Amino acid sequence: MPARARRIAGLVAALALLAGVPGCGADDSRTLTVYAAASLQAPLDELVRDFEAGHDDVHVTVSYAGSSDLVAQISQGARADVLATADTVTMDRLVAEDLTDGVPAVLATNTLSLAVPPGNPAGVTGLADLARDDLTVVVCAPQVPCGAAAQRLADLAGVRLAPDSEEQSVTDVLGKVTSGEADAGLVYRTDVLAAGDRVEGVEVPEADRVVNDYPVAVVADAPQDRLAADFVALLLGDTGRRILERAGFGPPR
Amino acid sequence: MTRVRAVGLPRWLLVPAALGVTLVLLPLVAMVLRVPWTDFPALVSGESAQEALWLSLRTSALSTVLCVLLGVPMAMVLARTSFRGQSVLRSLVLVPLVLPPVVGGIALLYTFGRQGLLGESLELLGIRVAFSTAAVVLAQTFVALPFLVLSLEGSLRTAGERYDVVAASLGASPSTVFRRVTIPLTLPGLVSGAVLAFARALGEFGATITFAGSLEGVTRTLPLEVYLLRESDPDGAVALSLLLVVVAVVVIGATRQGRAPR
Amino acid sequence: MSTSPAPVPRHGLEVDVRLEDRDVELALRLAPGETLAVLGPNGAGKSTLLATIAGLLRPDRGTVTLGGREVSGPHAWLAPHRRRVALLSQEPLLFPHLDVLDNVAFGPRSAGAGRREARETARRWLTEVGVEDLAGRRPGSLSGGQAQRVAVARALAADPDLLLLDEPMAALDVSVAPALRQVLRRVLAGRSTVLVTHDVLDALLLADRVVVLEAGRVVEDGPTGDVLTRPRSAFAARVAGLNLLAGRWEDGVRTPEGRLVHGSVVGPQPEPGQEMVAVFRPEAVSVFDHAPGGSPRNVFEVTITELEPAGGVVRVRAGALAADVTTRAVPDLDLVPGSRATFTVKATEVSVYLASANPT
Repeated sequence: MPARARRIAGLVAALALLAGVPGCGADDSRTLTVYAAASLQAPLDELVRDFEAGHDDVHVTVSYAGSSDLVAQISQGARADVLATADTVTMDRLVAEDLTDGVPAVLATNTLSLAVPPGNPAGVTGLADLARDDLTVVVCAPQVPCGAAAQRLADLAGVRLAPDSEEQSVTDVLGKVTSGEADAGLVYRTDVLAAGDRVEGVEVPEADRVVNDYPVAVVADAPQDRLAADFVALLLGDTGRRILERAGFGPPR
Repeated sequence: MTRVRAVGLPRWLLVPAALGVTLVLLPLVAMVLRVPWTDFPALVSGESAQEALWLSLRTSALSTVLCVLLGVPMAMVLARTSFRGQSVLRSLVLVPLVLPPVVGGIALLYTFGRQGLLGESLELLGIRVAFSTAAVVLAQTFVALPFLVLSLEGSLRTAGERYDVVAASLGASPSTVFRRVTIPLTLPGLVSGAVLAFARALGEFGATITFAGSLEGVTRTLPLEVYLLRESDPDGAVALSLLLVVVAVVVIGATRQGRAPR
Repeated sequence: MSTSPAPVPRHGLEVDVRLEDRDVELALRLAPGETLAVLGPNGAGKSTLLATIAGLLRPDRGTVTLGGREVSGPHAWLAPHRRRVALLSQEPLLFPHLDVLDNVAFGPRSAGAGRREARETARRWLTEVGVEDLAGRRPGSLSGGQAQRVAVARALAADPDLLLLDEPMAALDVSVAPALRQVLRRVLAGRSTVLVTHDVLDALLLADRVVVLEAGRVVEDGPTGDVLTRPRSAFAARVAGLNLLAGRWEDGVRTPEGRLVHGSVVGPQPEPGQEMVAVFRPEAVSVFDHAPGGSPRNVFEVTITELEPAGGVVRVRAGALAADVTTRAVPDLDLVPGSRATFTVKATEVSVYLASANPT
């Protein structure tokens, strides 16, 4: 039945096109795949542009997501070259599975800050205000890194947190603050900076005592292992530090 | 006796049918295989898991009641009247079906949120919706309502108005016709619509997390708990997911059983 | 056997309405206690008439008056459920979720009766139509005839001032229709009823008066016997099983096709040019396969259109004309649809009378 066979062949070809089967393009440029915590987006985008400018035939794609998701995807076999997470706990999971190439290095640190809606309508001045009954307070859930950090910070400051919501991620906390639904939220300094006019930051003196490390590692068996090492070097070098600091990140301890 | 079908099934249909079944069942099987059975009782009986399950059941039941109270009149208006712009209204009312739930959550926030359309007035009355269990119920009702309306409107159209006309000619007022004829005749559609709505409410995630937040015992329903646990305790997440599937299957199965005697 | 109080016939009906988009313009009256049969071809406006009376349609112009009260008019509108008009259609439409007794009790319950009282009324009506033993059954388990009897009981239990029957026997097996007809004959006596039917038997046995509708107009209106023995419309003639040819008087009836039909004039001698009808029975028509000798007064060259058995004889149709022949004659004369034949009828068998009952 040649007619039917042709039809089926056509169908398969169409599906292959849709699925973007590799090997069809005659492109010999190399692609570096980076998985990075969402909070790194602003400085990393800049560093990627830098990297691409220095490597003619290299294209960098970055997948920004929550650290746990990224680690889960890589342990399920996703092809990535570089991984940068927002805390060491998640990175350690990948290390434990022997899926990193060498020991992760810390590229930056981050500390918590109070975020309030523009104009600070509830008059929040410090951590102590988070215990006020009349305030709507949003933090990350203790199960996620930013929530664990918030809990530690509150304990250090001797404040009992009574949040109205324990969100999944910093982005969710920030969203509740920018929309004015919450009077205050605990997020990272870098988030406050990245949000620009949409929130105001209230500095917390105790925050320096709870520091979050951002580790980066080359993924084991990375398809572009050499480029990956170059990229990590850029992040850890002077340019990387400068750009990360401008985004509000602290230097590694 | 062997019944022979007059028009047999084209055999090639079986291939995509089997593929479809596999697509639906395989992930469920994969999940069941991942369940840490020895820890399962402990995982699903933890305090936060129980809180989440109980909250989910309570809010879904309440949303289903709201869906019935609001959806039955909506379906009646859509099926039993005609007016200009009716088809437009129908499409708009069904929008939550195709809307990503997160978008629904954002829309609800702009309505009932502190700075929302109604939120400011509600605030003056001392009513806070966001971050409350009421917000969960609102979010669930928002996404589940179209399921009930769609299902019941179909039933109403299939049943037609003939029995209603007979009842009226026997002297029954419109309210009596509605109560004693229309609703009993479309009960199967109403029940399946309510079950769909309940199932949808039980699985609701996006609108809830956007609009209601997530706090144990108040707004953290089972799907939110699963999503959160995934971060720190993947085994617990799998166990709770299975619990969610079981609850949904039991609810759907029970109602199917109840109305399929023939 | 009658356990129900005889209805007091005090509710007449007057309809004088116009529905523009259906091109229906009807005027008729029903005396209190009278049963009116409405005949007419499909699309003549019979259903529109019932819907207008029942309050399912609102006419563009005109009024419907029930028992002296205007229920539909330019300034009046009474909702269907307040009209006390019960509707019984071809299908019984028993509520499937109620048993037979509660179906019949539905009307009394809607009128405000208590459950027990309503059920008592229902039982009485079930007895009246002879199906009291079905009280506990589900509608789904009834035969068509049983269900329609229950539907009759249900309509009557609502104690309507007017009963509308829309071809109540049309969906029934021929073997059960006669029994239901007997039931209706008994319960409709003295009750204001409008009965839409296709069946001449219904009209003969149940109706005091007949109206014939054609194209949305009343074309005949009179006592049942008159309309069926002296039809003036083609439809009434067909229902009555009679041949009818209309035309103008020219010492015979000159049809539009140019035929001249001779017959004996019934009633006043017509003036030349007056609209007349010539009516004769199919049994009076003889059929030949050639032009006959002798000189019968009326000879029609026709093409056979249809053959149908009619109780021991075969009715041969040729357009509007029908003739009855013996079964044997069909092969002998080689009668098949499409073949040519000659119909003859003696003038003495043809009645000629005015086409309008009330000539102006």
